[in-house]
Amino acid sequence: MNAASRPVQPAEARDAERDAGHKAVLEAPDIRRALTRIAHEILERTKGGADVVLLGIQTRGVTLARRLAARLEEVEGRPVPWGSLDVTMYRDDLRMRPARALGRTDLPPEGVDDRIVVLVDDVLFSGRTVRAALDALNDLGRPRAVQLAILVDRGHRELPIRADYVGKNLPTSMRETVRVLLAENDERDAVLLGPAAPGDTRGGAPDGEASHSDRKSAQ
Amino acid sequence: MKRHLISAADLTRDDALLVLDTAEELAQVADRSIKKLPTLRGRTVVNLFFEDSTRTRISFEAAAKRLSADVINFSVKGSSVSKGESLKDTALTLEAMGADGVVIRHSASGAPHRLANWVRGSVINAGDGTHEHPTQALLDAFTMRRRLGDLAGRKVTIVGDVLHSRVARSNVLLLHTLGADVTLVAPPTLLPVAVDTWPCSVSYDLDAVLPKSDVVMMLRVQRERMNAAYFPTVREYSRRYGLDADRVARLADHAIVMHPGPMNRGVEIAAEVADSPRSTIVEQVANGVSARMAVLYLLLGGSEPAIGKEVSH
Repeated sequence: MNAASRPVQPAEARDAERDAGHKAVLEAPDIRRALTRIAHEILERTKGGADVVLLGIQTRGVTLARRLAARLEEVEGRPVPWGSLDVTMYRDDLRMRPARALGRTDLPPEGVDDRIVVLVDDVLFSGRTVRAALDALNDLGRPRAVQLAILVDRGHRELPIRADYVGKNLPTSMRETVRVLLAENDERDAVLLGPAAPGDTRGGAPDGEASHSDRKSAQ
Repeated sequence: MKRHLISAADLTRDDALLVLDTAEELAQVADRSIKKLPTLRGRTVVNLFFEDSTRTRISFEAAAKRLSADVINFSVKGSSVSKGESLKDTALTLEAMGADGVVIRHSASGAPHRLANWVRGSVINAGDGTHEHPTQALLDAFTMRRRLGDLAGRKVTIVGDVLHSRVARSNVLLLHTLGADVTLVAPPTLLPVAVDTWPCSVSYDLDAVLPKSDVVMMLRVQRERMNAAYFPTVREYSRRYGLDADRVARLADHAIVMHPGPMNRGVEIAAEVADSPRSTIVEQVANGVSARMAVLYLLLGGSEPAIGKEVSH
């Protein structure tokens, strides 16, 4: 289970620049509490989490899955299998941009057959990433059930998808951006809400949240 | 922008590393029960093979099918080419069928470059004459990286019929891009005239080079392309330039032995060497599918190709 999430160029200078005009809606302690609550909800809903496998969606979902697995282990006293899922090849917007580098898909050795798979991601937006994840999962095995844990639900769904576990519901306008920063990827924990990046002209036709937080802006 | 993969030199260092990293992720698909990704659904890949090939054609076909592309195999036998149809007319036919990617193997050096001017899709060179075979170089580099890690500073020795080898040329170019040091070893008659302009060194003495090598790549003696005597006898060639167990014993412990296939066992490589644990020959075939999947995905998967080079008219 060494589903190492690859570092994705945390260019600090660029980040600092982009943070201007953004306000933090969640700080590190808020994120910590939200994850602890989600961990307890997972255990409650799955009756102790005996069959649970956590699968994080690249990139920050993997970090969150790793943190959730650690919390579940703290509470239940036994390790919870977790892994990573890269959904690039299953995205419906693949042909709208140049081909991208792939992330790592790493399943725990137990696999996903007959398990309760909890997909983990940082932001739920259009729902298209989750749809791609469901398709990817379909090629990897047949889980008994699939659930969805999300740190921030910002609304504007375009598909009939909802989260089972939500860290925070964050009502946003289409013109705003939501960025999740996690210490492992970005050197600090925070959820930032900000205006659309200059040049973003997506308007009312969002192409979905991407696994990369930079694309979580309303582009 | 329309881009192609015709020469290994079409790839920048970033391009080459992107292909190798992508291949690494795609190699996992081979271990799954469902060996398929939906990425190229609805895209058409034509395999255009004017020259005999088993592993390259099958490898490209498997790669395209694992990415869910529609694959049309076109071989010269049983086609209108045997009735005298020109490459251009064949290209126009493909164009009318709407091929998104064309994989071409041709006995004439430069055929893929010509084809690139006639079709709208991306052209992938699967071996043209004695010129280049870039996906072979990619799968070789991928195999080396999986066995040895980063290729920068690695010593790669390529031995044998360099003159007729598109594999050698593509490997020299790609390995140079990736920072490896390449040495070609061959009898003087089997080296191209302009080899001094290649980014590599040249030696005539295999035994002197072997102990320093991390990788020894044996090339096939291409008797079908030899219409003159390039060396006195096969036995003499084998004695001076063949890789036998004695020579392998002089290699460093970590060194690997490669061969692009098909092999002449007993000529350039001894059977016991080809079947030894140092040999990557079977891995190279499996890695070929992953490397070609990576190339197809990066050329055809997005709104525009992420690798390769434009072709001037």
